[in-house]
Order: sequence, then structure tokens, then C-alpha cells
Amino acid sequence: MIRDYIIFLWRVYRLSFYGNKKYYTWMTFLTLIVFTGAYSYVNQFTHGLAITGMTNQVSWGLYIANFTFLVGLAAAAVMLVIPAYVYHNKPLHDVVILGELLAIAAIVMCLLFVNVDLGRPDRFWHLMPVIGKFNFPVSMLSWDVVVLIGYLMLNVHICGYLLYANYLGKKPTPLIYIPFVFIAIFWAVSIHTVTAFLYISLSGRPFWNAAIVAPRFIGSAFTAGPGFMFITFQIIRHYTNYKISDEALRLLRQIVTISLLVNLFLVGCEVFKEFYAESAHSSSARYLFFGLHGHNMLVPWIWFAIFIESIAALIFLVPPFARKMPLANIACFLSITGIWIEKGPGMVVSGFVPTPLGEVVEYFPTLYESLVCIGIWAFGALLYSWMIHLAIPILSGRFRHKQTRQALQQTPC
Amino acid sequence: MSDQSRKEHDQTEPASLDDMTHEPLTRRSFLKAGAAAVALSAGTAITLSPLKDLDQHFSVNEFFQQHYEELTPEMMEKILERIKQEIKRDYDVEADLRDIKPTPGVEFAYALNLGRCIGCRRCVYACMDENNQSRDPEIQYIRVLEMEKGSMDIESSNHYYNPETVPNKGKYYMPVQCHQCRNSPCTKACPVKATWRDPDGIVVVDYNWCIGCRYCLAACPYWARRFNFATPKIASNDINTEMAYLGNRIRPRGVAEKCTFCLRRTRQGMLPACAEVCPTGSRIFANILEPGNPISYVLENKRVYVLKESLQTFPRFYYFFEK
Repeated sequence: MIRDYIIFLWRVYRLSFYGNKKYYTWMTFLTLIVFTGAYSYVNQFTHGLAITGMTNQVSWGLYIANFTFLVGLAAAAVMLVIPAYVYHNKPLHDVVILGELLAIAAIVMCLLFVNVDLGRPDRFWHLMPVIGKFNFPVSMLSWDVVVLIGYLMLNVHICGYLLYANYLGKKPTPLIYIPFVFIAIFWAVSIHTVTAFLYISLSGRPFWNAAIVAPRFIGSAFTAGPGFMFITFQIIRHYTNYKISDEALRLLRQIVTISLLVNLFLVGCEVFKEFYAESAHSSSARYLFFGLHGHNMLVPWIWFAIFIESIAALIFLVPPFARKMPLANIACFLSITGIWIEKGPGMVVSGFVPTPLGEVVEYFPTLYESLVCIGIWAFGALLYSWMIHLAIPILSGRFRHKQTRQALQQTPC
Repeated sequence: MSDQSRKEHDQTEPASLDDMTHEPLTRRSFLKAGAAAVALSAGTAITLSPLKDLDQHFSVNEFFQQHYEELTPEMMEKILERIKQEIKRDYDVEADLRDIKPTPGVEFAYALNLGRCIGCRRCVYACMDENNQSRDPEIQYIRVLEMEKGSMDIESSNHYYNPETVPNKGKYYMPVQCHQCRNSPCTKACPVKATWRDPDGIVVVDYNWCIGCRYCLAACPYWARRFNFATPKIASNDINTEMAYLGNRIRPRGVAEKCTFCLRRTRQGMLPACAEVCPTGSRIFANILEPGNPISYVLENKRVYVLKESLQTFPRFYYFFEK
């Protein structure tokens, strides 16, 4: 048993370096970007967070913005899991593991984004339950650490078990993974809700201290996540021989369409609430949508985001466009970009403007900070590509335990 | 991708990957792996090269230092000694560093007379002289807001007023610093209990435990917390060598800090630096458990205003109006 597993790991290691020219080019390209990001981070570690654009006034920036977006991406795996496992949807059942692997990559990126944001990364162990000094259950950030690590472990277990069972050629034992799949469904919603509570719990920041943040997070996550999968799965289908049915893609497109409409509706609710009876508590929203005291850096961004999300909604809804696959890809790309803007910089940075004492200081990310972000995204892509590179041969039966393969060969089919 | 091209694609790959992963290493693959290893090592070396300019010291003892609650007096003794040596090494001064505890039966509070404050900012600079904040980048705990008479809207206040003489006509001044809330959002936010309320009401930060997540900066409704984005720079002759562990000792980089009601002074019976320096007598500081103290007098007899009272943070910092 153990020996088989060690051989499996060794073969996985060998398989990681086995690939065609395209595979090597892609992985080398990503590795170079990862190194650029790492170099920028080492610079930050050397000189402190002073080399970022963050200040005492705007004390979170691109790192936490990306973190927030990616928690959504991770949570969105649940949109495949629910139809696949609860409603036994066959087309989605074939791709659900690809979604769960995406969740793993997204959570790893989240943890990296939290880490690069820390002033004292050397003290990360203080955040660890048991060995550190955890302010649980009072601090929402301690909740976030628990749910993120928990979600990572759940998905690693589910994917790891299913892939290894496939490798051995055994039918997976439901008891070992099905309960975890159902826990993961609730857990996925919880990771994004807790991340929303991180903001909602701050009564000194009226822009965040609003219940709508949680549903907006869920709505935008279920747009961007399945949209991301819609595009990624087509790429996987193009470059590998893994069967992904058009039916699965159609379902994903439906999910994106409905979530996008919900998201736009919630944006409308928020705009109405902030501006119909505008008060001193609307200052951040005014800064975001119209500019405040002559400062309006985010204004073109947020309107651009809403504009492209609306274009995407039209593409999804108007019948002649809606049937065309390339257009759907564009619509997904527009939704993802729009949501990244409104949820990342839009939501996170505006919460800090003006400060609780009414000062307006704008935030500009620096080159180093941006390179660290790009580096982490490249690392996520590297990780996901690697997992897909291993998972596809296992799932399609081309990478099997030796005895299993011999047994299969002897059986006439 | 059409089915046709997918089929072609299939043919380019072997039906099984088993042989590949079982086959022994060849000379060629060995050389390839070697070249990749060299490239990776070179990349790593370049990536790590900025570290030669690292100006923050990391020590093993500091890494393993326990949470403040778990420190025995002997452990604290050693920690204080270590920090003194670090200050000597980095700033070339002999620090008198102590861990000054709160006194039982003492609860501090502060009252500030908005009718009298003229906005001279002497409190801001006296605070810096006492509390060893970084001078570059400059960190200040007190922000004085210049307000329009006829309004209490802090969003229309001017933070950067700079006339020849103060007060400006038609303005009044509202200094804001840590309100030492009884229901403090910052301590609730901290994920690692690096900041807490001491029994005398002062909200403190253990700079050796803070991880620098800045959630407390986001949580504070009074913008009272500051973060050390860079290693603090302060000239040796500007350093106040009398230091407290939870108070005015020189901060490391990457941690949050804040006003501590000058606990180094107030826990030893002195007034906070800002209250002592105020030329107009606008600032009143006292132990509210002591009978006949001036804060209780203000609360009972004056028109008192609590900043952002609706947030129910219950500050220990009150504003009042009196000529």
C-alpha cells in the first residue's frame, strides 16, 4: 500500500517533467514570471511594505483586492459540485474535478496574497491555530484563516483521493469522499461569506459595513468563477484529449448568465441606496462612482467595469449572440474583468477613501507591488497547469498503476 | 476544436504514459535536468540578491518569543535585555527599557476642551519627542483637524492648515488621537491577540507579536493607528531613552503602533506629553477612579461630546466645550 503510494509519487514527479514542446514553453514562461514576482517580493521583504503604494490612509491595496477576488474564484467550484453531486448531472460530473483543482490553485494564491501583505511574514506562525495565539472566534480574520485552510484541505483530500483511486483503477469508495464533498459545498459558501464579514464587521467604514457586501460577493463569485472555468475548460479541451462535453459548457454559460444578472441587480441596489438619500456615509461610494473633492482615480474604472458587464449580459441574453461560442467567451472574459475591477480595487480601495477623519488620499500601486501580484497569478497558473497535466492522463486511464494496467490488458474488451 | 483535429492530436501522444515514468534516466535526460537545475539556481540567486540590503534584523530568540501573556518575569528580563542590545546596535543609545505594568485601581480618561484649543500642534510634536516615532517616514499619533465654525462635519475639515499664526479666523480645532475605546474595534479585529486593553483602560500593542496584517488600521473609526511601512529612522539625539515595552520603545518595521496615553509616563504618575505641553490648558488627563478628579468634574458639569458616539465604541476620550 505505502509502497504503491511512494511509487505513485515518484511517477507523478517524473510525469511532471514529461511533456511536449508546448508544455515546456508554457511552464518555462510561467516560471520566468514567477521568478520576476519573487524577485519583487524579495525587494519588498528587504525594504518593507514602503515600496508598495499603500499608506496609513489606504492601508490595503492590490494584494487584498486580489485575495478577495480569488476567494470568490475558489468558492465558485461549488457551482459545479452542486449539480454534479446533488443532482447527478452527468456532463458536469466529468468536469467537476477540474473545478475542484481550480479551487485548490485559487486558495493557494489567496494564502500567498495574504502572506505578501503581512508586515511580518516571519511571524506567520502566530496565525496558526494551537501553536500561535489565535483570536478565535472574535476576529473575523482568524475565521478566514480557518475556513480557507479548511477548504484547501477538503479539496486536496477529495481530488487527491479521486485521482489516486483512478490511478489504481479502483472505483472510489463513496464513504471516503462523498461526505467531504457535501461539507465542501457549505464550506465554499462559508469562505466567501466570511471574507465578506471581514469587511462588513467594520462599523467605522460605512461603505463596507453593509449587509449587501455578502450577497454581492457571492453573486460576483458565481459569475467570475464559472466564467473562468468556461474559458479554461475550452483551453483544456483544445490542448488535451480530455472529453469535455458542449453540454457542460452550456450549463456553465447558464450559471454565468444568471449570476451576472444577479450581480448587476445588486450593484443597482447599492447605487440606489448610496445616492437616493445620500449621507455622510456615502462618501466612499461617491469617491468610487463620481469622485470626491477632486479625486476621481477609480471613477473611469468602475464605469468601465459596469459597462463591460452590461455588454456581457447583452451578449448572453440576446438570442443571435447567445448561441455563438466565441462571443460567449468574450462575454465571460468581460464579466471576469469587470468583476475583478469592481470587487478588487473598487470595493477594497474605496473603503479607505476618505479616511475615518475625512482625509482623501488616493492609492497607486507601484511597479514592484504589481509584479508581485502578476507573479502570484503566474504561480497559480503554473500550479493549475501542473495539476491538469497530471490529472488528465490519470482520468483518461493513460497513467495507471502497473498491475492495474496488466490486468486491463489481459481482459479482452 | 473539431473532432477531426482532436483525433490528430491524440495520435501524437503515446497511448500509455507508463513506460515513460518507469524507464531509467538516460544520459541525455540527465544532462537536460542538470541544465535546468543550473538555470533554476541562477534564477534563485538573482531573486534573492536584494537581500544584501536588508536593514531589519531577524533573530532566532525573537522568532521564538512567546505571547506576552505567557512570559514569566525571567523571560521578560531576557527579552528587555535583548531589545536594549538591539537598540544599542541599531541606534547607538543606551535605553532604559522596562515593562511598566498598570496599577490596580487606576483607570485613565482624557478630556479635551474644544473651546480652548487653538490648533498650535505643540501636542503633536511633544508626542513625537516622548514616543520615539519614526521621523522618516514621519509617524504622528495626533491629527489636528481645522473645522469650520458652524459645523461638526469632520469630512470638510482641513488636515494640512498652515497659517503664520493660529487660530485661523472662523475656525476651531479638534485634535484626534487614540480614543482608548472600552469596546475597541481594533482589538476585536486583531487575529493574533497582539493588541489588547490593559486594566487601566489603555489599548496596547506588543510590537514583538504583531504580524502586520493592518486589519486594526482598517477597523479603527478614529484613524488612530499607524503602520511601520519602513524601518523607523530616528536620530540618536532625538531618541527618548526612557522606554516602556508596550509603549514608546523604538518599533521594529512591519508592525502597527498607536497612542498609549504615554503609558511610560502616566503609569508612573506623570501627565501624558500632549497634556503637559498644551499652552492653553485644553487637555485634561486623570485617573477616573480617584475621588474628585477633574475628568469626573467635566463629565458631570460640562457639555460633553463623544466623537462618533453612534458607533458605541465608548471611548475614554471626551471632547467638551468651555471658554
